[in-house]
Amino acid sequence: MPKVTYIEADGTEHVVDAPEGISAMEAALTNDVPGIDGDCGGQAACATCHVFVDPDWIERTGHADSEVELPMIELSEGVQDNSRLACQIKLTAALDGLILRMPEAQF
Amino acid sequence: MATQALDTSDPYAIPLDKIDVSDPGMYQRDEHWGLFKRLREEDPVHYCADSAYGPYWSITKYHDILEADSNFKAFSSDHGAIALDSERITGATEDATSIASFISMDPPKHDVQRKIVTPAVAPSNIARLEGLMRERTKRILDSVPIGEDFDWVSTVSIELTLMMLANLIDYPLEERAQLKNWSDIISGTPGDGVVESWEQRDRELKIMAGAFLEMREKRRAEEPKSDLISMLAHSPFAQDMSMVDYVANVTTLIVGGNDTTRNSMSGGVLAFHENPGEWAKFKANPDLVDSLVPETIRYQTPVLFMGRLATQDVEMRGKIIRKGDKIAMWYISGNRDEEAIENADSFIIDRERPRQHLSFGFGIHRCLGNRLAEMQLRVLWEEVAKKDWNHIEVLAPPTRSYSNNLRGIDAMPVRIHA
Ligand code: HEM
Ligand code: FES
Repeated sequence: MPKVTYIEADGTEHVVDAPEGISAMEAALTNDVPGIDGDCGGQAACATCHVFVDPDWIERTGHADSEVELPMIELSEGVQDNSRLACQIKLTAALDGLILRMPEAQF
Repeated sequence: MATQALDTSDPYAIPLDKIDVSDPGMYQRDEHWGLFKRLREEDPVHYCADSAYGPYWSITKYHDILEADSNFKAFSSDHGAIALDSERITGATEDATSIASFISMDPPKHDVQRKIVTPAVAPSNIARLEGLMRERTKRILDSVPIGEDFDWVSTVSIELTLMMLANLIDYPLEERAQLKNWSDIISGTPGDGVVESWEQRDRELKIMAGAFLEMREKRRAEEPKSDLISMLAHSPFAQDMSMVDYVANVTTLIVGGNDTTRNSMSGGVLAFHENPGEWAKFKANPDLVDSLVPETIRYQTPVLFMGRLATQDVEMRGKIIRKGDKIAMWYISGNRDEEAIENADSFIIDRERPRQHLSFGFGIHRCLGNRLAEMQLRVLWEEVAKKDWNHIEVLAPPTRSYSNNLRGIDAMPVRIHA
């Protein structure tokens, strides 16, 4: 089970053991991690699951995919190079140890 | 123009291909539920060949709406596509004031304009408005009569939303009646009692545009402040925003933020009245406000639908929507889709995932004011919870708006029992 660390904007950490195959958004919601809303249920259509991928991990998660994810995430407040929609990050064994930071607020 | 409105009182008496859900009167009578249920079951992607607005497709199921709404490449918001009556967006006369802001634009222009306006309604800027909202809400709730009949809409919902709007654009609070009048005209439909004709609406909008432009000039001469007009007057990105774009943006923020939130406030009171068990739950546990707020927004569905124009042929559920066809994504129907939302017809304030609803739309046009709307509703219900009222009784069925655009409550007599 990949372990994911979610860090809130104020520094509070939440460590979650997630089953392989679900998304980093689902893993946060099912474990009551605050700071991720997931309003569209994982369709890259709301951007309320915006996270910043730890620089050490961005190679492995990859950057936002240009067709679906990029047009949405570009409209988010405070978007950065390492911004991703958590619902588009599928958790696999290779992502065991992943660190994601949340913005001040989802919007 | 189709000559006669459909008799919608028995949804199963109408031949499927004659179903037309565009009649504003049907929403005023709150009579649309059965027709949409039938469409979801029998013809979820439905073609209406002949309506007062010409032919259009209805998308009625939750996931189909989500899919269409996020596909901005195949479905354009431009050319007045978002409304059934495109005069609403583009105006009717030669001298019309277009209200086509980024809500009715496609990328890349949409993105540029949206990004300029975003900071005004982003969570960080909204936090600044919360204290004021709370103070004003308290004052109004303190002043409503107990044990006497009054109209909840004009006394509470309209007062609170106009106050917020006046603050957002730093408009004199004493002149808020003018703001309401503009808002009513922007979202009005000929025959609704405010708008007499599209021509008259065009004339009124022109006066409004003049007033907005004057405000921008005034702000330009002043130090920058955090209200929307000042932001647009001073933002380096907004310097070359044309007069037309500027007026359209302010207009969108006014309608976007006014009726929708107002109607969610009134709709919540009605939903509680009809569901005393949910009211009891909320009284026992005011922390439920976080799920109550999105549930009232889903249950009311203040925007009935958003429209689009297909830019290419698209297949949905075996039907081919042709390039150039108009579609209507009926949020009011998708929000009651049992396949996506359990017990969708029930008002349940402690749903597991209450935020998963269609009322704000999805995709790049997803409501920019959604956090502001939620904040206003949260403050209202937090302050109501503190009042320890026994019951807000709705004394008669509400007067609903004559509109196929917004789902509104124009008046609703209530009595508060202490
Ligand atoms: C409960 C209250 C509200 C509801 C239900 C609502 C609903 C919607 C919907 C359905 C859209 C999507 C349009 C589309 O997909 O074509 C939208 C867009 C928009 N709304 Fe709201 N709205 C609400 C409150 C507000 C407030 C308070 C504001 C601002 C003060 C606002 C400003 C906007 C703007 C600017 C857009 C255009 C976004 C874009 O095209 O990128 N709304 N709203
Ligand atoms: S859950 Fe909506 S974009 Fe990720």
